[in-house]
Amino acid sequence: MRPGVLTVYRWELRKLIALKRTYIGLFAAIGVPLAFTISLALRSGRPNDVPFGAYVHQSGLAIPLVLLTFASAFLLPLITALVAGDIVASEDQNGTLKTILTRSLQRGQVFFGKVLAALTYTLVSMVLLGGVAIIAGAMVSGFNSLTTLSGTTVSAGSALALVLASFGVYLIPLFTVALIGVMLSVVTRNSAAAVVGTLVTVLLIELIGILPGLESLQPYLLTRQFDAWQGLLRQPIDWSPIAHAAWVCALYCIPALVVGFLVFLRRDVAGG
Amino acid sequence: MSDTPVEARGLVKQYGRITAVDHVDLTVNRGDVYGFLGPNGAGKTTALRMMLGLIYPTAGSVRLFGRDPIGEGAAALDGVAGFVEAPRFYPYMSARTNMRMMAAYDGDEAPERVEEALETVELTGRADDKVGGYSHGMRQRLGIAAALLRRPNLLLLDEPATGLDPGGMRDMRTLIRRLADGGMTVLLSSHLLAEVEELCDRVAIIRAGRIVYEGAIHELKASAASAYRLRTSDNATALGVCQAQTGVAAARIEGADIRMEAGEPTIAELSVALIEAKLQITALVPEGATLEDLFFRLTEGSTPGEIEVPDRPAGVVGGTA
Repeated sequence: MRPGVLTVYRWELRKLIALKRTYIGLFAAIGVPLAFTISLALRSGRPNDVPFGAYVHQSGLAIPLVLLTFASAFLLPLITALVAGDIVASEDQNGTLKTILTRSLQRGQVFFGKVLAALTYTLVSMVLLGGVAIIAGAMVSGFNSLTTLSGTTVSAGSALALVLASFGVYLIPLFTVALIGVMLSVVTRNSAAAVVGTLVTVLLIELIGILPGLESLQPYLLTRQFDAWQGLLRQPIDWSPIAHAAWVCALYCIPALVVGFLVFLRRDVAGG
Repeated sequence: MSDTPVEARGLVKQYGRITAVDHVDLTVNRGDVYGFLGPNGAGKTTALRMMLGLIYPTAGSVRLFGRDPIGEGAAALDGVAGFVEAPRFYPYMSARTNMRMMAAYDGDEAPERVEEALETVELTGRADDKVGGYSHGMRQRLGIAAALLRRPNLLLLDEPATGLDPGGMRDMRTLIRRLADGGMTVLLSSHLLAEVEELCDRVAIIRAGRIVYEGAIHELKASAASAYRLRTSDNATALGVCQAQTGVAAARIEGADIRMEAGEPTIAELSVALIEAKLQITALVPEGATLEDLFFRLTEGSTPGEIEVPDRPAGVVGGTA
């Protein structure tokens, strides 16, 4: 059998499983919603200033949605960057890139196998965070119907479907962060620089959004797309922010992917 | 498909103003155990990296069995294996898991050869230990094992015995000898003359990025000892014999000896001529440059262009293997 992208993908996952630092992000993805839910259960206060913050005691299904808003600022980009920024650079630093590039795999296959692994890690973190938030939320505030952003009420079953779909929409900008992380991982050849660089990129984009005079750029900022899921929580569902997020994210992630790919293809593997 | 394992032509690698590899031509023929000899920093590793397609040459070309590792990538590495600098593995996984991964990346029947390869380098007993706990010597052996998974026809090894203790060095050389005897073509870089002398039949000597000698090691040896001292029962008659022998130059009596300059084949013929002239030889010894002296002269001279290698200009590819 000839090795291919899937061979790399499978082994990248095995390597992630064998690495301790993989679990730091996963623990955060589990621990943060748990801690948040527990604190809600202990106190009667609620985060009124974020969407669905007012409903956290009425419906457990509001809790994962509140977490989406909180997590977009730092937590999920950080978890994503931890692995995406490391996935090529760590091989550079350990000198193992030359080891795998002198087997029977083309550089492009190695690159896309790694991209898939980074995206999978992002997806797993998201599933853990969402799953824990939904279950813990339902246990604390009940599996109840939910008031939408339009003021209407949807049944618990429909609300659950909308929450899951929201997490799906949220993955669009998060995958984009992952691809930026992989690109920086290829370009910087340094794990720390790539992880921090990814976060700084996200924070800088957010900063542009609050600078006076640059308001017109806001709809095109990557960080703004983290709110696109809110369109699902309107009645009728407003698809326009989701479609908008899709093409704006494409403007970020396609160049990141192309640059990462071309640099990986053309670069000298001189370390180690 | 060409039959020649390695053909490098005009290979150049520049880093800014520094020329790490400067127009290297190198031919390794099938069955060669080829020594790539030079001091540290001479450009051996950079040249090997270009041969494996890891870095892009500034100019020139490489062909491995006629295929281009730079243009074709890994597809050109069919039947080729080896490592540059120290072989590197994932320290947090066991040697066996590392080997399984390499085998998966090689494809075909490589996964079935994992145990056999571990056996060959005598690591079976430690195969479940994490590579992070391996000694340098064990990692070098694992590097060879990982190369063997590819069942290579050509093995490229970069300083395989460097950093090993004397026992480890001996074992490594024995292993390479065994692989070469099994029909594998080996290109071995080294900064140790003795290692190359022991293992290799052909050699390229590189200095400051340039090849200053390429050819059979015995020819290099022959040219090394170009001055001889002769002592016979009758030096006056012997001097005449020497002067009459073609290939002998500057023969003259110096004290109790005759000193002359000649190549090894000429000396062999001369010895017969002396016997035929009924002269008794009490001494016929090479003097002056040893192979080691020549190596240092080649690699430490002021500029490569000023070095004269007897009988064989630098960079010319030898005709016989």
